[in-house]
Amino acid sequence: MSDKVMYAMYDDDEVLKDGAKKLVSKGVKISEVFSPFPIHGIDPIIGIKNTRLGIMAFMYGITGTMLATLGMRYFMVVDWPMNIGGKPNFTYLDNMLAFIPITFEFTVLCAAHGMAITYLLRNKTLPGIPAQNPDPRTTDDKFVIEVRSSENSQYTADELEAMLKDTGLIELDQKEIK
Amino acid sequence: MEFSISNNAKRLTLILIVTGALLTLIGLFTTMGDHHFKTRLLANGLINGFFFFALGLGALFFLALQYATETGWYASVKRVVEAVAGFLPFGMAILGLVLLTITFMDGAHIYSWMDPAMTDPKSHHYDEIIAGKSTYLNKMFFWVRTLAYFGVYFIFLRGFRMRSLEEDRIGGTELHFKNYRKGATFLVFFAVFSSTSAWDWLMSIDVHWFSTLFGWYTFAGMWCSTMVVLVLTTLYLKNLGYLPKVNESHIHDLGKWTFATSFLWSYLWFSQFMLIWYANIGEEVTYYMMRIENFKGLYFTMFFINFAFPMLILMSRDAKRNAGILTFVGLVILAGHWLDVYIMVSAGSLGANASIGPLEIGMVLLVAGFFIRVILNNLTKAPLTPVNHPFLDESVHHEI
Repeated sequence: MSDKVMYAMYDDDEVLKDGAKKLVSKGVKISEVFSPFPIHGIDPIIGIKNTRLGIMAFMYGITGTMLATLGMRYFMVVDWPMNIGGKPNFTYLDNMLAFIPITFEFTVLCAAHGMAITYLLRNKTLPGIPAQNPDPRTTDDKFVIEVRSSENSQYTADELEAMLKDTGLIELDQKEIK
Repeated sequence: MEFSISNNAKRLTLILIVTGALLTLIGLFTTMGDHHFKTRLLANGLINGFFFFALGLGALFFLALQYATETGWYASVKRVVEAVAGFLPFGMAILGLVLLTITFMDGAHIYSWMDPAMTDPKSHHYDEIIAGKSTYLNKMFFWVRTLAYFGVYFIFLRGFRMRSLEEDRIGGTELHFKNYRKGATFLVFFAVFSSTSAWDWLMSIDVHWFSTLFGWYTFAGMWCSTMVVLVLTTLYLKNLGYLPKVNESHIHDLGKWTFATSFLWSYLWFSQFMLIWYANIGEEVTYYMMRIENFKGLYFTMFFINFAFPMLILMSRDAKRNAGILTFVGLVILAGHWLDVYIMVSAGSLGANASIGPLEIGMVLLVAGFFIRVILNNLTKAPLTPVNHPFLDESVHHEI
């Protein structure tokens, strides 16, 4: 089945938000919004679920904590007990205070890098991956709503077009996908 | 909306005060003949005087911080902050009275540097280290500083409150920018005073020892306890149906502050502890030796509570929006921070003779009841939502 994708362009994020509200109230499913900056409050309007990045951050953090603990235990206690300032060095616990800053730093390092890489992967924006936004102007000062006719089968393409034109857009692009 | 104290609240605060007074009396009679009675009584006065004074001061600092950063979200809980800050004059009175009594008793074994024998080369109590510090630590200069702190805090508090009420009447942005400038000025004073006042009132108890971090550590504990009080007061008002403009996001933000300041406190506690542990210099480790000898369980439990409770429980977003969880964690870490101040004062003054009995618990309840009553009373004095705050609209639509 052929799919028709419509890109409605706006020059103001508030107009876009009002337009999106109007469309959603009529049961139109908006598949994506492109914007040069995060639009405050757009997520609940177009029905985007809360991000799970926080959960991943926690897991990366825990991984970092464990790696740091295991690593330091091996380097500083098991493999060769390091004598630093005469501190007890035969068990990890005896010298635990000295290891806490490193554990903390490594936790943060893993959480931050893990989160950044996951974010880029999930959004398919790793370096070298072709850009997905429909119009380069959405990285400057324009805002775009994407609506697909396949996701809105209760309306015909013409009806969708009429509804979009009713929302104060400045430009409407259409694309057929086979 | 105007706030009026419910009969329930009146009864509860009265019960707190009466129970506190009774327990204090019991404590007084059972410890009266004790050799350390005076020190113990004054140490308790100092603990509670400082702890509750610090809650008011923390709120004043928080208010000034919001003014200086021109924060919008807090506008609808601003009156709560002001009400807590309004305890400051009473806190000053209690703390001032205790400090005055201690001064007249030549330190009462709490501030040993106030004892003239310590700095008199002919006396056999002569202490070279204390004598060396006596240009800074002497009664006269101590009181000059104490009065300077009290004076500056009081002037700024009165100014903020006056302009806040005036803003309700006339509105406009002129008062806002004045508050902005005054807030920034207060922070400059506070940056110095928060450290030096902690040295004067708390660190000088362990007079041979010093730590440059001590002021921040005390300040972080005070800030964290203040945030807990702000959360609890807001939740209480919300529960009674006041503050209709305060939504989950405001509670979430206050919860975040509690979470963040807990970390700040733990970070500073640990920094101080680890550096001293690592360097292992005799003059420095005495501070922790005293605590580990006499307060081992209490001291590390206190740290564990103040660090682990907020970290593990308040980490998730949902927990910071849940009134029950916030109240539970808040009360626990409030007790934890009281214990922190308790050990700060007791370890250096009473040492092995310190114990938590009816006197200690009674005096906390007494001052806490009074503190709550003063806050509730302050809340009745102005509309709970500031009428003309320039950021009120932003605060009403606050969403995170």
